[in-house]
Amino acid sequence: MTSETTQTNQHTIAVLVDNEPGVLARVIGLFSGRGYNIESLTVAETRRGRHLSRITIVTSGTPMVIEQIKAQLSRLIPIHEVSDLTMEGPYVERELALVKVKGAGEKRVESLRIADIFRARAVDSTNETFVFEIVGTSNKIDAFVDLMKPLGLIDISRTGVVAISRGTESLEGDD
Amino acid sequence: MTKEQMNGSEIVLKALVDHGVTEVFGYPGGAVLPIYDAIFKQNRLRHILVRQEGGAVHAAEGYARSTGKVGVVLVTSGPGATNAVTGLTDALMDSIPIICLTGQVPTHLIGNDAFQEADTTGITRPCTKHNYLVRSVDDLARVMHEAFLVAESGRPGPVVIDLPKDVLMAMGDYLPKNKVALKSYKPQLKAPTKTIKDAVAMIKAAKRPIIYAGGGVINSGPKASQLLTQFVKATGAPCTLTLMGLGAFPATDKQYIGMVGMHGTYEANMAMHDCDLMIAVGARFDDRITGRLDAFSPGSKKIHIDIDPSSINKNVAVDLGIVGDVAHVLEDLMKVWKASQAKIEAKALKAWWGQVNKWREKDSLKYVQTGQVIKPQHALCRLQEMTDKLKREVYITTEVGQHQMWAAQYLAFEKPNHWMTSGGLGTMGYGLPAALGVQIAHPKALVIGVAGEASFMMNMQELSTIAQYRLPVKILILNNFYMGMVRQWQELMHGSRYSESYMESLPDFVKLAESFGMKGLRASKLSEMDGMLEEMISHDGPVIADLNVDPKENVFPMIPSGAAHNEMLLGPDDKASESNSQTGMVLV
Repeated sequence: MTSETTQTNQHTIAVLVDNEPGVLARVIGLFSGRGYNIESLTVAETRRGRHLSRITIVTSGTPMVIEQIKAQLSRLIPIHEVSDLTMEGPYVERELALVKVKGAGEKRVESLRIADIFRARAVDSTNETFVFEIVGTSNKIDAFVDLMKPLGLIDISRTGVVAISRGTESLEGDD
Repeated sequence: MTKEQMNGSEIVLKALVDHGVTEVFGYPGGAVLPIYDAIFKQNRLRHILVRQEGGAVHAAEGYARSTGKVGVVLVTSGPGATNAVTGLTDALMDSIPIICLTGQVPTHLIGNDAFQEADTTGITRPCTKHNYLVRSVDDLARVMHEAFLVAESGRPGPVVIDLPKDVLMAMGDYLPKNKVALKSYKPQLKAPTKTIKDAVAMIKAAKRPIIYAGGGVINSGPKASQLLTQFVKATGAPCTLTLMGLGAFPATDKQYIGMVGMHGTYEANMAMHDCDLMIAVGARFDDRITGRLDAFSPGSKKIHIDIDPSSINKNVAVDLGIVGDVAHVLEDLMKVWKASQAKIEAKALKAWWGQVNKWREKDSLKYVQTGQVIKPQHALCRLQEMTDKLKREVYITTEVGQHQMWAAQYLAFEKPNHWMTSGGLGTMGYGLPAALGVQIAHPKALVIGVAGEASFMMNMQELSTIAQYRLPVKILILNNFYMGMVRQWQELMHGSRYSESYMESLPDFVKLAESFGMKGLRASKLSEMDGMLEEMISHDGPVIADLNVDPKENVFPMIPSGAAHNEMLLGPDDKASESNSQTGMVLV
């Protein structure tokens, strides 16, 4: 086998599903049952009236495994569309994190300074803590978190990745 | 259009009738009592009472596989549903269309650990093609219709509909079946013309082609088998079938080179290994077919026709994947083939057949019958000869193990839907209830369940069902007093340490038959065998025939686990190479 067929790559996959009970369990069960990776998964109903939810999955695998993942997802009955954003052209990817930092004195000032550089907002503050809201790619959030560690990081909540294609492409189609 | 009001149970039954269902295999219990009450009040659906829910699913599988119709199962909540799980998994692996109606506790009790509550949709999610929990009677008719659409179309499979008791008792509207369509589910039946043309070009250029067909041909319907036969004739290529595909191409045809895979013929496996073009038709390259993957048919280009896109490039990377229904694709292929007056180069084909015939001369299915100890292979050959003379339709079911492989090797299937076996899951206990289901569907036919004594005992409670409905099923037990296939693997791979593979305390099968009011027969010497088989076939009623065969016989040829197609063991004198047995031991 060539390195091209055995190399593992990360893919961001957008999935449009019927918003019905059990649909997320089907997707997660498929990944665990067949031994695929889930690096991140987000899900929410997108437009209430249409009963459609959008799932964004970040996964990794060889090209053959990624093809399998897409084919297996497409096979689930409540799944309408499967789109491999990584393969299908440019796309925008964002994650949101809430980062709680506890500290005093120079460290507290430094955390605010770094937050400013990363365009993170303080959404809660006490005499000892800040909660920063940061939006960006997962790499950017990783970098922010690394910098906050020595400054008193005590808690993080991350949403996982949401993504959408650039340009006129649409997963949902018209109303 | 006026809407018809009825209760949930009546909606269920009406939907079944509207989809052409005439028989339901089931077992009552608390949560499904409303349906049983509705069954009592009507006479369009016939209910077949099994003795355990697992038997109901296998019976429905036999029914479905032998008719092409959906098999319908009705079981209660909790243990009723969990008992059905093995059958559902079996149906999923072998792509058998099944609708399984499971009772459920009333909606207000769901999640409360109520009596006989189980999370049926949770448990069956990975072992069904799709499942439903019907929370309101308003959804019931739609779900019933959708379930049939899902079970029957595309790659068929089992669908569970979980029915809370209050939904079954509530009044609701009946939605006609033509009002239902699934937006997110549209299997692709026809392949794009370009891929068909590409396939024809590849076939024309082949010098050593082989057609490898599987259960997908049978699922596609009898027309697919006819088209496959035309296609094989038109190309002149050798044709091999998988265990699930037996009957898709006539076994007596000159171009048939036997079954492929772990216990396939030498010529089939060698031809798969050495071909330059493999055309896989409704087959899925599973590990029992491919053997060692990195040595699987290394020099060939591969075309794969399958209705399930996820089957393509799953185990084996192919050069041309064609997503579509086998019958549709073969029909289009034949059109293009004929229109372009395509042919495979005669000289190359002749040389290829020369090679294939040389492999054939090895006669890899030969066995030696001497003395009075009955060889199981010989018993099946004699059975074939006897049934050949009959004017009746003959259906065969099997359990799982050595007898199953011998039946696949030595019985000849000319038509699809006459061979029912558990291929993917390998479920011991499948064959007896499956035979029952086949006989329900074909009351006049000769239905023979070839069994091993160990498998037989896994679902022998269904003898009572056979007795109740006076089904003239013939159960032929190839009794070797071992779990034969387990014993064979222990002999070949675990130093003949026969750990727990010996069948002790077997019942007296003749008396067992008699206790159910059936005919019991036994033969343990060759001189008794033919008479017993003839009596079994001609008896007008159910028979258990206990045929005591050579306990030491193994299934050959064999590709040991972890070996390649060209590393077959042809008989007991062949020894697997040490490295192969080591890697093979960790495989199944």
